[in-house]
Amino acid sequence: MLFKVAWRNIWRNTTRSLVVIASVAAGLLAGMFLIAFFQGFVKQDVNNAVEAQLAHIQIHNPAFGDDKDVNDTITNASAIVEKLRKDVNVKSVSGRAITMGMISSSSTASGVEIHGVNPGDEKNISSISQNVVEGVYFDGKKNEIVIGKKLADKLGVKLHNKIVLTFQSKSGDLTAGSFRIAGIFRSRNSAFDEMTVFTNFDDVAQLLGTGNGIHEIAILLKDGQKVDTLAAGYKSQYPKLLVQTWGEIEPEMGLLTGLMDQMMYIIMGIILLALMFGIINTMLMAVLERQREFGMLMAIGMNKPRVFIMVMLESIMLTCVGIPIGILLTIGIVDYFAKYGINMSAFSKALSQFGVGNYVYPELHSSMFLSVTIMTAITAILSAIYPAYKALQFKPAVAIHQI
Amino acid sequence: MSNVIEAHNLSKVYNPKTIPVYAINGVDLQIEEGEFTALVGPSGSGKTTLLNLIGGLDSPSGGEVKIAGVDITNMNENKLIDFRLQNIGFVFQAYNLIPVLTASENVEFVMLMQKKPKREREETARKLLQEVGLNDRLNNRPSELSGGQQQRVAVARALASKPRFILADEPTANLDSKSTENLLEIMAKLNKEDKMTFIFSTHDQRVIDKARRVVTLVDGKIISDTKK
Repeated sequence: MLFKVAWRNIWRNTTRSLVVIASVAAGLLAGMFLIAFFQGFVKQDVNNAVEAQLAHIQIHNPAFGDDKDVNDTITNASAIVEKLRKDVNVKSVSGRAITMGMISSSSTASGVEIHGVNPGDEKNISSISQNVVEGVYFDGKKNEIVIGKKLADKLGVKLHNKIVLTFQSKSGDLTAGSFRIAGIFRSRNSAFDEMTVFTNFDDVAQLLGTGNGIHEIAILLKDGQKVDTLAAGYKSQYPKLLVQTWGEIEPEMGLLTGLMDQMMYIIMGIILLALMFGIINTMLMAVLERQREFGMLMAIGMNKPRVFIMVMLESIMLTCVGIPIGILLTIGIVDYFAKYGINMSAFSKALSQFGVGNYVYPELHSSMFLSVTIMTAITAILSAIYPAYKALQFKPAVAIHQI
Repeated sequence: MSNVIEAHNLSKVYNPKTIPVYAINGVDLQIEEGEFTALVGPSGSGKTTLLNLIGGLDSPSGGEVKIAGVDITNMNENKLIDFRLQNIGFVFQAYNLIPVLTASENVEFVMLMQKKPKREREETARKLLQEVGLNDRLNNRPSELSGGQQQRVAVARALASKPRFILADEPTANLDSKSTENLLEIMAKLNKEDKMTFIFSTHDQRVIDKARRVVTLVDGKIISDTKK
């Protein structure tokens, strides 16, 4: 009957109860939506970086490092590439020749990272081919180059214009080659677009004098979640080579992921704190309003634990109604935006620096539902403690005569 | 007949350290089983305070209260709540029913606190409501009942715990004459047939007329104690 009394009590003031239910639902929705937004944001950031260039795992000669010395190729690279192609966990592999150099147009010059790639392999590993906005992603002709839109604008060049690449060859001499712009791409990362150019592997290798030497093996996995496990396997398989996951290559990106996780909990904490004060306020009002009733209940023999439980039950019941509503609203709204995206074009310039497009697609893992629901339920229970304690402080002789 | 209530040199003082106000001042009172007693006196004479003290709803500043030989004066709050549940029935001026429960559930509620089985609760509630003439109102909530009917439910609720006595604080104050008469008849019948002890605080002459003992309070002191 205590359940019955508590349940009926919460509907004595429908508006007030609906306010609490709406607060719980809104708190849950706000928290989960925010988490979904950030998860989506980070995932897109990571995916874009992985798909554009990083891939899941990269293998280098350990000496290649930051200097990107062209002499530091991977020993026996072709055999490794062939072996990786047969790995069931690997979706695609690409061997790259990489060097730092200067790109010059008739009007200006800029420092770039030059990637010599096999277009056939690279198409399967990088999204750059899909981001070509003018021209094509290599046409099969000699000395073609694909550059970013931002770089093209900076150099003042257009499709089919010629540019000159200058860099240091294997022998240490400066070498240069003239390339025709076959395609212009625009990825979601403007910094990448400005700093990276793509040519045919053979064209660059010829100028570098490295022959079949590969500086970087990029590996795209079938399941990105297995990256750490598989990278550990490759590390033991190729102990003399530097095997790195995308998180190790771009530590700030890994840091961003971890930071976002912590940020989400902090933000959720702030939302739940606000929710807690809302519930305390409403429940306290409900308790103080029924002072005479609590006095009567204690007078006729309702003991304090029962009074406490009854008030707690009222809060818990309100929460139990609010939580499913909040979850359903969250599922509906997150699903909608996961499909159509949240238009963030007002911040497109800032977002492109992060490598995120104009649309953010929120994403929520089922584990988050559970943890956020538990956090909300705990908040509601904690919020009910003070009002319930307050109810215990009433003196029956005084409370009974309260109006 | 044995004493069901014994109050010795009972006092209740408000603001003892500043300007002391004696709500009850050195009261001695014994109530025997089966009495039908009215506490009368002008407003502020201490009727309600005395009822609160002998009902264990308030603690005295001095003296002692014994219920059926048990000293409740220094009993801790939790024990006192349980003691009230098992020994005392209350009827309040403003009915004070649980608004979200039906008449029957209100009566059952006290027995639920006593952990009585469901079937016994339901049967007792039906029987008691029948005794107070509300057998056709079992499933009505307080808001669907008249003042007189609500007070009758309150009497049935007070009886439900099988108390040693019932304390009624101005039970007819909010009732019209017909309801008052009806309620008094029910209480007199319960007193006569079931030997239930009733102690009222009242201003109502009709209640005073029905009472077999009238205790008059003025300024917290008993100035007369008349048995009819």
